Amino acid sequence: MKNSIFKTARFSFVFLICLGMVGCASIPKGFLKLSDASLEKRQLQIRQYETTNKEQILTAVAGVLQDLGFTLDSSETKLGFVAASKKADAKSGGQIAGAFILDVLFGTNNSALCDKSQVVKASIITKLSLDNKKTVVRVTFQRIVWNMNGQISKVESINDLEIYQKFFDGLSKAIFLEAQQI
Amino acid sequence: MKKLTKFCGIIGVLFFIIVLFGCATTARKAFQTTESQVKLRSMQTRAFDTTDKHKMMQTVISTMQDLEFVIDKADLMLGSISGTKFLGYAVVTMTVTVRPRGKKQLLVRANAQHGVKSVEDAETYQDFFTALEKSLFLTAQQVD
Repeated sequence: MKNSIFKTARFSFVFLICLGMVGCASIPKGFLKLSDASLEKRQLQIRQYETTNKEQILTAVAGVLQDLGFTLDSSETKLGFVAASKKADAKSGGQIAGAFILDVLFGTNNSALCDKSQVVKASIITKLSLDNKKTVVRVTFQRIVWNMNGQISKVESINDLEIYQKFFDGLSKAIFLEAQQI
Repeated sequence: MKKLTKFCGIIGVLFFIIVLFGCATTARKAFQTTESQVKLRSMQTRAFDTTDKHKMMQTVISTMQDLEFVIDKADLMLGSISGTKFLGYAVVTMTVTVRPRGKKQLLVRANAQHGVKSVEDAETYQDFFTALEKSLFLTAQQVD
């Protein structure tokens, strides 16, 4: 009797200590250090335009964001800054088919974990180049993906060359169109 | 047997204290810091020998972008810039403020949050200021 009470007491003590320790997960270090890949990413995100008219570029940026279906969230024109976001579908035929086959074969519920929707955030900065002769435009994209259960399944920076290329192609066109007053 | 009663008593009291703490502090937890106000300010703030606020803010923005932050908000008058970075499944948010200090210097203060925790580690902030120095070509000075 005495022994078993001691055992329970000891067990609850260890349990309490464990509870206390779980709360102490630490923050990783070095996440504000420049990585070697940052130069490469910078090249992906930056284009220069042969004009010093920042206002014209910024209007074109807002225009191309609207062309791509984004809504503007925030801006500070004096700093040449615009932030925008867009909700989009994130369903992938391959993923859903794969999950369906697994569900049928093993009776699991992988379909609920398939991606359903996403929000893409875009942030654009325009500024004059160092020699004050050109305007530099830098864009960065991020996305948050939700699954069928409504849980966040993925958060990531977008580093896809094609997406950046598409944005800058659109921007070049918008600058041209706006110069022609179209 | 006496020993046993004592032991159980201590456990009981400990458990009670933990439960009580749990009730009282969930709102207060949001206002808790582990470091003192002075120490926090000193690790989060640096002074730079320039008065060009506009250029400083643009450099802070490009440094944050180099560090893979997406800028969410910026305000020239307030001198504030906020951004978000995704680190695996964790979300890092950071606000940087730029304000004048005397007539010859600017103060830059950064404060970051990792998930639900405030970053209170001097080394992490030093990494940020090292990156900022590189793009500014200026030396960051420790503020007392």
